[in-house]
Amino acid sequence: MDNHYSIYICGVGGQGIIKTSTIIGEAAMNQGLDVVMSEIHGMSQRGGSVSTELKIGGYNSSIIPKKGADMLLSFEPIETIRGLDKVNSETKIVYNTHPIIPSSANKPYPNVDNITKTLKENFKHVLPINGTQLAIDAGSVLSLNMVLLGAVTADDKFPLTKESVIEAMKNNLKPKFHEMNLKAIENGYKSIKN
Amino acid sequence: MNLKKLVTGVSGEKEFLLGNEAAVRGVIEAGVSIAATYPGTPSSEIGNVLSVLAKDANIYFEFSTNEKVAMEVAATAAASGLRSFTFMKHVGMNVASDSFMTTAYSGVNGGMVILSADDPSLFSSQNEQDTRNYARLANVPILEPSNCQEVKDMVKYAFDLSEQFNIPVIVRTTTRVSHMRGVVEFGDVEDNSSNNENHWKRGHFNKDPSKYVPVPAFAGDMHVTLWDKIHKIEDSTNKSDLNREIEFSTDKKYGLIASSSAYNYAYDVVKFNGLDVNILKLGFSYPFPKERVVEFLKDLDEVFIVEEVDPIIERDTLACIGSENLNVEVHGKLDGTFPIYHEFNSDIVADGLNKILNFKKDEDIAFSQSLEKLNDEIPSRVPVLCAGCPHRAMYYGINVAIEELGLKPSDVIFASDIGCYTLGINPPYNAADYLLSMGSSVGDGCGFSVSTDQKVASFIGDSTFFHSGISPLINAVHNKHNFVLTVLDNRITAMTGGQPNPGIPVDGMGDEAPEVSIRKLALACGCDYVRVINPFNLEQVVKTYREALERDDVAVIISKAPCTLIKGLTKKPPVKFIESNCNKCDKCVNGFACPAISKINGKIIINESQCDGCGACIQVCKYGALEAGR
Ligand code: SF4
Ligand code: SF4
Ligand code: SF4
Repeated sequence: MDNHYSIYICGVGGQGIIKTSTIIGEAAMNQGLDVVMSEIHGMSQRGGSVSTELKIGGYNSSIIPKKGADMLLSFEPIETIRGLDKVNSETKIVYNTHPIIPSSANKPYPNVDNITKTLKENFKHVLPINGTQLAIDAGSVLSLNMVLLGAVTADDKFPLTKESVIEAMKNNLKPKFHEMNLKAIENGYKSIKN
Repeated sequence: MNLKKLVTGVSGEKEFLLGNEAAVRGVIEAGVSIAATYPGTPSSEIGNVLSVLAKDANIYFEFSTNEKVAMEVAATAAASGLRSFTFMKHVGMNVASDSFMTTAYSGVNGGMVILSADDPSLFSSQNEQDTRNYARLANVPILEPSNCQEVKDMVKYAFDLSEQFNIPVIVRTTTRVSHMRGVVEFGDVEDNSSNNENHWKRGHFNKDPSKYVPVPAFAGDMHVTLWDKIHKIEDSTNKSDLNREIEFSTDKKYGLIASSSAYNYAYDVVKFNGLDVNILKLGFSYPFPKERVVEFLKDLDEVFIVEEVDPIIERDTLACIGSENLNVEVHGKLDGTFPIYHEFNSDIVADGLNKILNFKKDEDIAFSQSLEKLNDEIPSRVPVLCAGCPHRAMYYGINVAIEELGLKPSDVIFASDIGCYTLGINPPYNAADYLLSMGSSVGDGCGFSVSTDQKVASFIGDSTFFHSGISPLINAVHNKHNFVLTVLDNRITAMTGGQPNPGIPVDGMGDEAPEVSIRKLALACGCDYVRVINPFNLEQVVKTYREALERDDVAVIISKAPCTLIKGLTKKPPVKFIESNCNKCDKCVNGFACPAISKINGKIIINESQCDGCGACIQVCKYGALEAGR
């Protein structure tokens, strides 16, 4: 069962989460792997929490069981917390540290450093990255999803090659943005490798 | 992926498709001529994709005014010998059901397939009903795909089946199948064209009232014919390889019967826990494959039934056990092994199986206290009306008018409808008190206005008004009801992802189309008070609501402004905040609640990437602290 790999991806509607997940899925397909993915549409998208689940290798169901994720990839700090029921002690937790404050929030937004601290106290592989800044460095804040895509490919256990992920990216995004997106993927990749 | 691949892709090619995209490929492979729908999540993407591809695929495609009309378009096409496809969400079947039930009687010549997408756990629906009941109610076959490849293959097969028995066929998906993405291998495309442009016109209807006009004299025989078909099809379900056994064990003590997405969970739990349980997967589940199921049950001691929403396979299985006098114990929803409502997942299925099989180890690491605390502290993130949404301004305006008239919130009942505007239920607007179904806000206005002395404010969208808001409006006028009906005309069907409707000068295939006027319709229904207003003119909104609420007939207010998500709209620059003018009244954050405005450390912050410059908040702020951007 070595080639099994599950990624839970979460964040806020409009951050490009579905696109990122589809790119990983297509890359897996192109490498000849079995892959299924579950995505959220409809009412939940109006600024609400959004998540996708990707399972590579021999699964029928596209839903990751509790504690079943190899990677939790979060586009937003508090969404990381909401995704924790998919996490076990070996799961890599990669998340963007830039908050999106919910409108009409019922509670104050917690301090992001505290979130990181608590996560580190409880899990072995906690990898916060300032994805929003890395995206701006790559050319636009809109390339945040590509930064996080690059971060996933840097995980040792991730079964896909960076090259095939880049191929799938090119197949899915406008040529005009390829250069910027490549830079973003590279930024994300390096931030985890180092 | 380039969507055109769904048309140009050749046999053997593989793509990573959404279940709904796979359905479109199935339709194309089956050589369908006519397709019609009313958009509904989780089936909407089928229409979005068909709308783009219809011409390339040689398919006539329309967004009909409602599901019943879509059903009728498909039924008549199939009666004329063409392959036709209609699709909707589960609750759409209710709207279509009147015509659907009789389509089963009259039958079809060209294949007719109805895809209905169920929504277990109500991700974006008002109820959880199970479409499989409609197959039984109408007596038509139903197929239950569990993944994207099966969606494509079963849609295609459903057309053959439909033509073989001259009967419409239902394909039932669930949210997790419609919105699942997976690898789909393409098959051959059957040609539907006769090389002329309007090739679909080649259908021909041969008159035969005894077959197509269900007056009592004929309908009785039609019912007999229908049962004959169903008995014959039962033979097919017993032999179909869509109903197949997956062996995990040679010792036949335990078995499991499952369908649709529930099958996926069951398969993964059995496989990854190494359980000695054989699975019978039902893909063709009505007429119920009795012989196949009995053969599976024969040697078993106990059987699990894993299905989402209603215990339908379970009841049929119990009936088989009863009629065959088998000695098999059944574990399903009825004995509480699995929950009787809401979506399943692998954990739920594993917990259920574990009650009997005891395979789970206590490996759970408890969520540590500090994490639990963090979890309790994070703010919720619920869907809200977008920044710049025209509906927000209307809800704000009516609440101001209510206050100015000296009314209490409890004096006015808000009858809501199905669309983005249902999100008005959230504070601070609190603008949804009662909701049943598409178009119900208008009928509810009739009922509340005769049964209470409260004022009634009904809200409905443009698409929903065309769908089923017109007949209750006629009812309201004729029966002298008294309420304010607001038609929120945002120039699109927004909630389901931006499909056109008859109020827009474009049709489902992207061609120019006559625009139907909501204002003229309201006038023609006999409404005396009909006003078209710009929701972003707050003064006008409040004034109009004051007038309308004081009338004692049906007052119609049409709020006309586009949804901010419509592609290609030119946006105004974001508003500017002038701190020195702010008197910290918080009206913009707490009263108006545009998500682009937040208060951080006591200071108003405009999120410039969200604000689309609609200008509503400028009118809300009495102190001039918000200013149009440049
Ligand atoms: S999608 Fe359009 S109509 Fe719906 S909430 Fe957003 S702006 Fe309003
Ligand atoms: S409404 Fe105007 S004055 Fe009141 S808090 Fe907002 S910006 Fe300040
Ligand atoms: S102009 Fe004001 S109300 Fe309109 S989107 Fe911007 S912040 Fe929101």
